[in-house]
Amino acid sequence: MSSKTINIKLKVWRQKDATTKGKFENYELSEISTASSFLEMMDVLNEKLVGEGNEPVAFDHDCREGICGMCSLFVNGHAHGPDTLVTTCQLHMRKFKDDETITIEPWRAGGFPVIKDLMVDRNAFEKIMQAGGFVSVSTGGVPDANAIPIPKKDSDEAMDAASCIGCGACVATCKNSSAMLFVSAKVSQLALLPQGKLEASRRAKNMVAVMDELGFGNCSNTGACEMECPKGISLAHIARLNREFLVATIKE
Amino acid sequence: MTKLNSKIPEGLLKDKWSNYKAHQNLVNPSNKRKLDIIVVGTGLAGGAAAASLAELGFKVKNFCYQDSPRRAHSIAAQGGINAAKNYPNDGDTVYRLFYDTIKGGDYRSRESNVYRLAEVSNDIIDQATAQGVPFAREYSGLLDNRSFGGALVSRTFYARGQTGQQLLLGAYSALSRQIGLGNVTMYNRTELMDIVIVDGKARGIVTRNLITGEIESHFAHAVVLGTGGYVNAYFLSTNAMGSNGSASWKAYKKGAFFANPSFVQIHPTAIPQHGEFQSKLTLMSESLRNDGRIWVPKNLEDAKAIREGKKKATDIPEDQRDFYLERRYPAFGNLVPRDVAARAAKERTDAGYGIENNPAGEGVYLDFKYAIERLGKNVIEERYGNLFQMYEKITDDNPYITPMKIFPALHYAMGGTWVDYELQTTIPGLFSIGEANFSDHGANRLGASALMQGLADGYFVLPYTIQNYLAYEIGTPRSNPKEVKEFKEAEESVKSYLNKLMGIKGKTSVDTFHKRLGHVMWNNVGMARTEEGLKEAIAEIQQIKKDFWSDLKITGEINAMNVELEKANRVADFIEIGELMARDALNRNESCGGHFRLEYQTDEGEAMRRDDKFMYVAAWEYKGDDQEPELHKEELKYEGIEVKTRNYKSA
Repeated sequence: MSSKTINIKLKVWRQKDATTKGKFENYELSEISTASSFLEMMDVLNEKLVGEGNEPVAFDHDCREGICGMCSLFVNGHAHGPDTLVTTCQLHMRKFKDDETITIEPWRAGGFPVIKDLMVDRNAFEKIMQAGGFVSVSTGGVPDANAIPIPKKDSDEAMDAASCIGCGACVATCKNSSAMLFVSAKVSQLALLPQGKLEASRRAKNMVAVMDELGFGNCSNTGACEMECPKGISLAHIARLNREFLVATIKE
Repeated sequence: MTKLNSKIPEGLLKDKWSNYKAHQNLVNPSNKRKLDIIVVGTGLAGGAAAASLAELGFKVKNFCYQDSPRRAHSIAAQGGINAAKNYPNDGDTVYRLFYDTIKGGDYRSRESNVYRLAEVSNDIIDQATAQGVPFAREYSGLLDNRSFGGALVSRTFYARGQTGQQLLLGAYSALSRQIGLGNVTMYNRTELMDIVIVDGKARGIVTRNLITGEIESHFAHAVVLGTGGYVNAYFLSTNAMGSNGSASWKAYKKGAFFANPSFVQIHPTAIPQHGEFQSKLTLMSESLRNDGRIWVPKNLEDAKAIREGKKKATDIPEDQRDFYLERRYPAFGNLVPRDVAARAAKERTDAGYGIENNPAGEGVYLDFKYAIERLGKNVIEERYGNLFQMYEKITDDNPYITPMKIFPALHYAMGGTWVDYELQTTIPGLFSIGEANFSDHGANRLGASALMQGLADGYFVLPYTIQNYLAYEIGTPRSNPKEVKEFKEAEESVKSYLNKLMGIKGKTSVDTFHKRLGHVMWNNVGMARTEEGLKEAIAEIQQIKKDFWSDLKITGEINAMNVELEKANRVADFIEIGELMARDALNRNESCGGHFRLEYQTDEGEAMRRDDKFMYVAAWEYKGDDQEPELHKEELKYEGIEVKTRNYKSA
């Protein structure tokens, strides 16, 4: 774990609250260890700001191991920064050069209004999940787990889709602010499994309806979402969502 | 004279839960919708409980500090979940799972609770599968199992290295369904500030809206805490940044006893610390010990050369590697329980064999060379691919080529709020589930048992036992907290507390105090504890508390989002929790599980229990800020298992 230190300049989006207009502020940090994570660098910035009597930069984060989906940040024009298959909390300072200027912005999408600084409101994702992101089963009275064999291939593919962490990078990256990758991951996971298959088209229809209602744009197949997804969720799931959605439309 | 009534049902161990369910009180469907239940926390325990209670017809209010219930830290659990399915036909039974869990906990957990846990374990796997949790499968289409520490059978179900994520998303999907149906009202970005007691019963909570800073009251007929553990008292741990002990601590100050606070788990395989700005430690799943072999160099010179960067792991020939777990524990080898593996790593690094270039030389190797030779890289990649990727992103080392560097890290709290068999605390109407309570893991938790306990409590235990309480509450009308004196008083007290924190206007940041506390905790209340060190810790923590309350600096406003204020509230509680942990560790003049007192060890350096004096649960009662807490003892009785010295050297 070799490490050195670098000096960096930061351009950080500051915004008091949802209704106040925001702007970029400039900061400088010296001797940041390249073995530090990006958010540890943010911690250093915030300690400095508090020390100077200023308000720290608000940003979402929690697990700091790439799984909770809470961290966001648009770093140098990329959701979760310039590394692939990582969340911002897994991004490390070794990806940056000495004297580099780093631009840090919140997710920018109509469906995700800014709450403060770099923190956005992703409640729209909750509403979409509540509309159909489940198997309608209650606790108890279910069959033995081995009662229904599932082909390993289907199960593995469902697991690929289920890896979505609900961070919203796909929406933030998409020029249309489409939530299709997020929605398709859940629809696809459950459609692939016999337990979720029964409601697959109904689920697709209900989730898409709420997605449309909450101001997310259409998918125009540019594939940027897949490129920036920290979990590598595949565009193929969008095809499956479209299929299930079509079935639902035909059924009507 | 004890105030503790554990309410263990009559009958043989194997009949207790059936007997309980057969005779408990239930609430009829038309009354359920007249009853409100507050569930704080949305992890495996809280999320599963909120969903299940709403499905039954209760009106549920669910709270979390994150922006979504799906973020709860259960999501980070990697390796798996235990169940006594015996699908591999390798001899597993409910009794064996019970036995392993009691033994793993070093005979300091409550027998009846653990047996019930083993009994409901199979239902959890069925439930999760029905929800669409994509557990790993064989080509037959049937579920796959792997082995975990402390067991001789393969009973662990898993979803790659993301089992916690998948189980939590299962519970979250059930919860989302109930929110959509209007049976659960969800409060995101909301933190519990106090518990409100009316006429001796828990009747609600006071919260702070983390976006607006607004203080609000919520009424309920019962309150459930599924708020997780408190090991962030050590500052560096594998917990999430926001994980905190404040809900349990506020409950403690309102009269809920706190049990075995010193029983915390130090997980043997986390990525070692790299520097002073480090904010958390990342776990590498215990499942890796199925295929990885742990070693340090046999020669001190080699270890030193590696630390200085003059040699690499791959330069050390086979016969110069000390596979110390295989050497010391031939029967279980690399799969000894976590406390044993963690202490063994500390023993080697203390002796100078550590391989990581950090100030304390803290690090050992976890090597996959042998497994890759045996199984091929593809198999290892399929089993652990995401963990290897995570490791590489953090350390910039490729674990397929060079061994992983690992070291123990704070991971889990076995201790927690004292609960009876019904998971009710010493405050009537206040329940505690999952990691937040103390009951099932004794002095050490086995791997893949946290997910099991959280979901057992949430899906299959609390939804029954809470009704035995609520059956007597059907006559209690819903009340508007604005019209209740106790709620108004609680709100005022929360406001004045926050004002006091904001008003200190000192010079030192919250994180600085937190790190100072963590340092004392790690050095004196960590893997090796002594009477002297613990006394020193108590004195130092009291000093930190004094300094905190006179020199804390918080910027920003009170009536708005204020991250520093959020942290200050949590750290103020961690300081007090830390002191109680040290006090509990000092009281327990024995070694057991994760609690290792240097004064009490065998000639071979193994933990020496003192069953004649300490076979009890230490439940602490709050007596006021300026007074020492009072110790209550719940004696532990084992009827279904012979109490022995743990032995992982031979089967």
